[in-house]
Amino acid sequence: MTQSAQKNPAQSEAVEHGHADKIGPDPNYNFAYLDEQTKRMIRRAILKAVAIPGYQVPFASREMPMPYGWGTGGVQVTASILGPDDVLKVIDQGADDTTNAVSIRQFFVRTAAVETTEHTEEASIIQTRHRIPEKPLSEDQILVYQVPIPEPLRFLEPRESETRKMHALGEYGLMHVKLYEDIATHGHIATTYAYPVKVNSHYIMDPSPTPKFDNPKMHRMPALQLFGAGREKRIYAIPPHTAVYSLDFEDHPFEIQQWEQSCELCGAENTFLDEVVTDDRGGRMFVCSDSDHCNRKREAAE
Amino acid sequence: MTQTDRTRAHMSQAGTPASELPLLRVTELAKSYGGLPACRDVSFDLWPGEILAVVGESGSGKTTLLKCISALLSCDTGQIEYLMRDGVMRDIHALSEAERRFLMRTDWGFVHQNPREGLRMRVSAGANIAERMIAVGARNYGKIRGAAENWMDRVELDSARLDHQPNTFSGGMQQRLQIARNLVTHPRLVFMDEPTGGLDVSVQARLLDLLRSLVTKLQLSAVLVTHDLAVARLLSHRIMVMQGGEVVETGLTDQVLDDPQHPYSQMLVSSILPV
Repeated sequence: MTQSAQKNPAQSEAVEHGHADKIGPDPNYNFAYLDEQTKRMIRRAILKAVAIPGYQVPFASREMPMPYGWGTGGVQVTASILGPDDVLKVIDQGADDTTNAVSIRQFFVRTAAVETTEHTEEASIIQTRHRIPEKPLSEDQILVYQVPIPEPLRFLEPRESETRKMHALGEYGLMHVKLYEDIATHGHIATTYAYPVKVNSHYIMDPSPTPKFDNPKMHRMPALQLFGAGREKRIYAIPPHTAVYSLDFEDHPFEIQQWEQSCELCGAENTFLDEVVTDDRGGRMFVCSDSDHCNRKREAAE
Repeated sequence: MTQTDRTRAHMSQAGTPASELPLLRVTELAKSYGGLPACRDVSFDLWPGEILAVVGESGSGKTTLLKCISALLSCDTGQIEYLMRDGVMRDIHALSEAERRFLMRTDWGFVHQNPREGLRMRVSAGANIAERMIAVGARNYGKIRGAAENWMDRVELDSARLDHQPNTFSGGMQQRLQIARNLVTHPRLVFMDEPTGGLDVSVQARLLDLLRSLVTKLQLSAVLVTHDLAVARLLSHRIMVMQGGEVVETGLTDQVLDDPQHPYSQMLVSSILPV
């Protein structure tokens, strides 16, 4: 074993306290954890995905040091596009301070020593689990989604050979059958997350389990959107300024969620709200799911 | 190929008016599984509005024939030409897969013996009927639902059960639902594989009655595979008797059933149980 492979106790202490940017990445790992060949392979898949908007590109997903379902796909995509000068923001259900977000941020601080931020506009790469930040993104940002099940037709047609054929031939009638079934059962389109979209008038895509509230933000977004599914070994993408259309019926048009309440912390009326249980006597409050947006609004008010 | 065959083939390519062309033309079709021949040298024409029954015992190649002509199976030799809506005869095995699948959900229908094969059991009856309408571009929920209700009525299903799942339906109701699902896009050609197979006699009779009125009303053409000569007698205009993968006798239904020429047809007809 070489000298560099031995663990430096002073350094690991520094990592835990978030000062890694001062001393560089953990020398036990390659930059951003993955080896260079793997990163190249993933970049090739990303290039193909960008060239064919909405198409699911298979890639040789690696085992990551975290369980499936924790964002192994998103982490691999982020790792392969990350450079030393990038500023990373990680959100989980909109929040910067929840387990998944904190541990992925720490992972990249340790393995790549990149600068991290909670401010949406300062980040060059934002890895997200299930939300798009409320603040509009710009052309020099990349949004990376963690996707559990990339195939929108999976629960309607279990055969992969058949769903691929349906994508290839554009046979998407089945997707509307699901929406029909929703209206017949509930009186309205009851799909509220993973709401199917048509990308660039061709492929139907599952926008990962983001709430349908965020679907309109995908439409012609200036930032590049990349989707990684680690367990299912698929990468897909929406290039900047691409048309993203949420499926609907003529007489049941697509609608986003609305709340009667406004955020109890910052008073915002047009954001996605989480219902938080505050005690065991039925107490609850509605707060912004985007913690950065909420904090900044409160700071500005003070 | 004989001289007449050649003229016929030539005519179909030249500008013959569509009314003089058959809807479906099968020429010298053969299919074998490994070395085992299932169908040999089958040729026939199916004309618009005509119902052709294919009868024969189990293993005589009826279902193989049906699967070959509906492009579910590829055939070894022979040609299957279909008169497209634009009036051109085209070999269905030469069509692209996209065209074939489009044909399958618009111009053709396939009624399976077991309704579970032809239905989506996880979605409601209404959604089952809606699927083909949506597949050809219907995007208005109200209209789709109206048409689905209308078709429930036409196949004598209670339209109050539109939102029920097909697995709560009886066998005969499932079969009627399957028929509604197939006919909703007004196909011109329907393939039926023992449509009354697993049903009891009284339900069979009602279903046959329904089928007969629907095919006359909608001017459907159909290829009907059955081992039941009563079904063939009731529904079909022409009959084709198969034995061991070969067509042994063909003719008008009444003619074949009343005066069978081939020993095997004679045996079939004489084995109908008198009531």
